[in-house]
Amino acid sequence: MEKIIDPSRREFLKTGATLGAGLTIAFYLPVGAARMMAGQDAGKPFVPNAFIRIAPDDTVTVIVKHLEMGQGVNTGLPTLVAEELDVPWEKILVESAPADAKLYNNLLWGPMQGTGGSTAMANSFDQLRRAGATARAMLIAAAADNWKVDASTLSTQNGMVLHRASGRKASYGKLADKAATMPQPAEVQLKSAKDFKYIGKQFKRTDSKAKSDGSAQFASDLRLPGQLTALLARPPLFGAKVKRIQADKAKAVPGVRAVVEVPRGVAVIATDFWSAKKGRDALQVEWDESGAERVSSAAQREHYLGLLKQPGMVARNEGDAAKALVPATKNLEATFEFPYLAHTPMEPLNCIVQLKDGGCEIWAGSQSQTGDQATAAKILGLQPEQVQIHTMLAGGSFGRRANPTSDYIAEAVSVAKAASHLNAPIHLMWTREDDLHGGYYRPMFVHAVSGGLDAQGNPVAWSQRLVGQSIAAGTAFEGGMVKDGIDMISVEGASNLAYKIPNLHVELHSPKLGVPVLWWRSVGHTHTAFSTEVFIDELAVAAGKDPYEFRRALLDHQPRHKGVLELAAAKAGWGKPLAPKSGVRRGRGIAVHESFRSFVAEVAEVSVKPDGSFTVDRVVCAVDCGIAVNPDQIGAQMEGGIGFALSAALHSAITFKDGRVEQSNFNDYPLLRISEMPKVEVHIVPSEAAPTGVGEPGVPPLAPAVANALFAATGKRLRKLPFETAELRSV
Amino acid sequence: MITFTVNGKPRSVDAAPDTPLLWVLRDNLGLTGTKYGCGVALCGSCTVHLNGAPVRACMTPISAAAGQKITTIEGARSKAVKALQDAWVSLDVPQCGYCQSGQIMSAAALLARNPHPTDADIDAALDGNLCRCATYQRIRAAVHQAARTMRG
Repeated sequence: MEKIIDPSRREFLKTGATLGAGLTIAFYLPVGAARMMAGQDAGKPFVPNAFIRIAPDDTVTVIVKHLEMGQGVNTGLPTLVAEELDVPWEKILVESAPADAKLYNNLLWGPMQGTGGSTAMANSFDQLRRAGATARAMLIAAAADNWKVDASTLSTQNGMVLHRASGRKASYGKLADKAATMPQPAEVQLKSAKDFKYIGKQFKRTDSKAKSDGSAQFASDLRLPGQLTALLARPPLFGAKVKRIQADKAKAVPGVRAVVEVPRGVAVIATDFWSAKKGRDALQVEWDESGAERVSSAAQREHYLGLLKQPGMVARNEGDAAKALVPATKNLEATFEFPYLAHTPMEPLNCIVQLKDGGCEIWAGSQSQTGDQATAAKILGLQPEQVQIHTMLAGGSFGRRANPTSDYIAEAVSVAKAASHLNAPIHLMWTREDDLHGGYYRPMFVHAVSGGLDAQGNPVAWSQRLVGQSIAAGTAFEGGMVKDGIDMISVEGASNLAYKIPNLHVELHSPKLGVPVLWWRSVGHTHTAFSTEVFIDELAVAAGKDPYEFRRALLDHQPRHKGVLELAAAKAGWGKPLAPKSGVRRGRGIAVHESFRSFVAEVAEVSVKPDGSFTVDRVVCAVDCGIAVNPDQIGAQMEGGIGFALSAALHSAITFKDGRVEQSNFNDYPLLRISEMPKVEVHIVPSEAAPTGVGEPGVPPLAPAVANALFAATGKRLRKLPFETAELRSV
Repeated sequence: MITFTVNGKPRSVDAAPDTPLLWVLRDNLGLTGTKYGCGVALCGSCTVHLNGAPVRACMTPISAAAGQKITTIEGARSKAVKALQDAWVSLDVPQCGYCQSGQIMSAAALLARNPHPTDADIDAALDGNLCRCATYQRIRAAVHQAARTMRG
């Protein structure tokens, strides 16, 4: 579509504004587009801005700029439009936005479209409410013009404009044509919280039905005419390269159409998955492993533990922790260990690429459209805007599809380019083994923490040293995330320890390794919440104080931490003895942590058998995420975050031997199963603060709450993840 | 040519006998509601019914399906499936949704043989179905709700 700039809008942009900059841009082009359509094609939908399309049949399509990967953006974001536009929920349709960093950037990220850091609701809350309110104002203006009445005498109700004095009414669909010709108001009034009809209420997910009858379409389900499936043989070691290819046997497999070499390996392209798989199995590739990473986990662990004894880069310093630790009445030290972790979304990575004259179309569950667009454009020698991305539903992601290197997109584009002679859309599929071997793991970390208590049992000093690879270094995010050599997402949750401790010192080592690492649902908080919340528990016990009361006293200056801590403790019945069960030792543990500007406390109850195996029976969770837009979906994200965290705490580790990943599928990288899922109760702290995210913040407090419960039950401190239950044996 | 019945209709496909039923459904027949998650019967995303019993389509060679009746999520119309789907929607069970076809097919097989499942029964029947979003608590509640609906 031709992009038309409306002079009045240009003037508006120049004069600055009542609206936020991101919003101004978002409103900018489609207004022109809407006018063009209104002028030339009567009966077309009303497109007041980049986020809303109102059709003559009264349906309202909300264009969602974020990836739906399970976290509920296709429900939460339309809720904001429905609220201000005043339309019935059943008239709402949802569409994924095209890749366009100008219209659909993440307002918290600058000029980039993408989903992550639990930002979708936080950055869209004002933007989409304003989008809805603006559309509503234009519909009212259209009715006022039609009926020759003053706009102030009109109101709206469930998708209708009403003139109460005369009893006239018109549906939004009927007004769509006319509304498109109305000037856009420079300023709109947003509803006050007391008038909310949608926000804070329980509205059903827009995708539950399609996700229960098999009709929901993920990228892996798309079937374009002539589409071929590709599997890529990747090097067995990170950094190895293709030396020699023997493709005769692969090409002899029925259905195989081509074997092509690309920068990251050798692709076998076939008519269908199974033929491609058999072709890849038959492919013989000799690899040049001379420059490859040959890490072994045992040696890496020794190296990291050694670094814990050496001074690192200072990430935070308040007071003088080293000095304060010496005269402290009681000193404690502990070491914590965390493995590499794979994201393993249930839908393995995949991407469809269709090359065409002067451009390229991509279908993927893209979590990072702007980066993916740029990567594809570079490979193909195109401008980013010549790369069209169709964002599909993602079958989970947890950060994996937001890769600064756009790895799976780059591979698919490279394969399509190398196979352009086939003149077919190429669907690059990953097997589960490819997924586990493919890198981009949550980095392995070790932490050492020292703490000192004074004679009254108050903590006077806290010193923490962390060792682990930087995620941001060497990526486009380095400038924003690495400050003075410190990758902020390596130390987040530790460098901003919430507790009031006068002397605080945090150091970091960021060793470089050839193992690719990436953010994994809640990123640095996955390890910092564990070490800090287990160690504070250790200090409480050493001080002879109740772990809940000990925390509470140190959080007087942190009302939101304290609020969730108190709510979780109250709802869990903290302080009341657990009902005994025969043959098991029972215990209760607590943890509280802020991440992504949301606050979560969790209380876990465990039962430990004599052989050390245990169950997590119940988790009580309290969350403060500002205004609770959809309480049921906040609950769902807490439940899911708790299960995701428990999965890792019980089971998960990616390990290496001579550079080779030792795991390959769910047999040796097991995930949480339904029989291991605790009963979860979620309580939301009422708040009028701006909403913050919920996709990640449920994760961090779970593992420390469980570790603290295991201590309460057994007297044994587990400081290594995944938990080694043999240590809990009583026989 | 291998002939079998899918969702009540006779189908013939030209596929190598070792081709897993999963890929015949997805690539030959376009029935993409049945998902690939692991390829080795460890995740349950590909669960379909073979003559009414739940099987993992990723480890069922198409030769074993010859002459048999296959039901996928697209064609599952039993009372149990309907009750489960209604419960799934009413409790907003899905998050990413990718595993849910398999969850519902496994749960339908449970309800067909056990109209009064306990939590332990549900856990036993669905322990082979992974959900990375960990929607398990709602799955349990939805299976109970569907069982109540079916009992009337």
